[in-house]
Amino acid sequence: MLRTAAFLGALGVLGACSPAEQPTEIFDPFESQNRAIHEFNKEFDRRILSTASEAYGETLPEPVRKVIGNVADNISLTGDIVNDVLQGRADDAVHNGFRFAINSTLGVGGIFDPAASFGLETREAGFGETLFTYGVPEGAYIELPLLGPSTQREAVGRVADFFTNASSYALEGTSAAAATGVGVVDLLNDRYDLRSVIDGVLYESEDSYAQARTLYLQNLRFRYSGENAAEQVIDIYDDVYSD
Amino acid sequence: MAFAALPARALDVSQARNLINSAVGDINAIINSGKSEAAMYRDFERVFARYADVPTIARFALGPVARTASPAELAAFADAFQGYIARKYGKRFREFIGGSIEVRDARAVKSFYEVRTTANLRGQAPFAVSFMVSDRSGASKFFDLLIEGISLIKTEQTEIGAMLDRRGGSVARLTSDLRSLG
Repeated sequence: MLRTAAFLGALGVLGACSPAEQPTEIFDPFESQNRAIHEFNKEFDRRILSTASEAYGETLPEPVRKVIGNVADNISLTGDIVNDVLQGRADDAVHNGFRFAINSTLGVGGIFDPAASFGLETREAGFGETLFTYGVPEGAYIELPLLGPSTQREAVGRVADFFTNASSYALEGTSAAAATGVGVVDLLNDRYDLRSVIDGVLYESEDSYAQARTLYLQNLRFRYSGENAAEQVIDIYDDVYSD
Repeated sequence: MAFAALPARALDVSQARNLINSAVGDINAIINSGKSEAAMYRDFERVFARYADVPTIARFALGPVARTASPAELAAFADAFQGYIARKYGKRFREFIGGSIEVRDARAVKSFYEVRTTANLRGQAPFAVSFMVSDRSGASKFFDLLIEGISLIKTEQTEIGAMLDRRGGSVARLTSDLRSLG
């Protein structure tokens, strides 16, 4: 992890240190390929993911599902901390550091989440956001097989996140396999918790590809430049009355 | 609220905040009313009609076709759109049962006001819901709302655009279908 961090730190020094320009438009030059992948993902969801997550959600009681979510969250905290440091967010790094320390010990290896009751709630940070803060532009919209909506920058981020995740360097053998298992189960959990939203987009929209694309991009840009989302709002009075 | 019906005059930040305070008060009352789903959708539609600038939002969602549609077509579309939105978002708000929305702060942005609220739902991390308020229609109303950065009008423009394409650009067909969708 340290080597990765040092390498990425060096990258950062080379790069421009102001955040990337936040686009408001949709840039989708690969639309026809993306739409084909979208159909594949939808089919996968319909046949496997939604059924599996339904079974999962209905079999396991909420407290058990919560535990699995906690463990998955704890595993990804190391990655959050690396990215906090890279983004120069000392307060978030310390916050997540304490969170990791408390939940790994008092929380019995992340099974419980006592940190949240001390006000140390989850603060996620991924490498996609790190790239954003170093000025890497969003790039084209892409839909990834099985993983869903993304952009060129976020896809690179996902690969890096895989390596900063505790499970990929600190654990070996059965522990690593267990961590991967937790990751898969956590996905089922998310699919179950968000079922009404996901079903709404995938199966109730008349163009689920376009809906997923706009929802994903709007939310991504909000997560990175948060408080300024209102500045991007379309002034519909200018728009409607200008003709 | 009496002031929502007042004639146009320059809106200020505290009036924008009051408007949304009253809107979220109504929403909180609905999600904790214990009424049936159908009754809640009707209540949501009333809140939407009262606090949102529905004709302008509907016109924006319709896109360029709105320029060539007749006033009667536009009015019928806006009416169908209002019910569609109430049902579609009413379904979401149903998950808010037992929760509440609180106004956090308000500020001026460009030619309008943003009123930021936090939705506190049971068993979920709190999330941000922002209302954009303007009086440029002649009354103080909200014309967009952002849920975790996702704009209602942008999202609906995409959806309504897709629906219109599928119906060969016919506003009449879209209007009649919209009455049963959402």
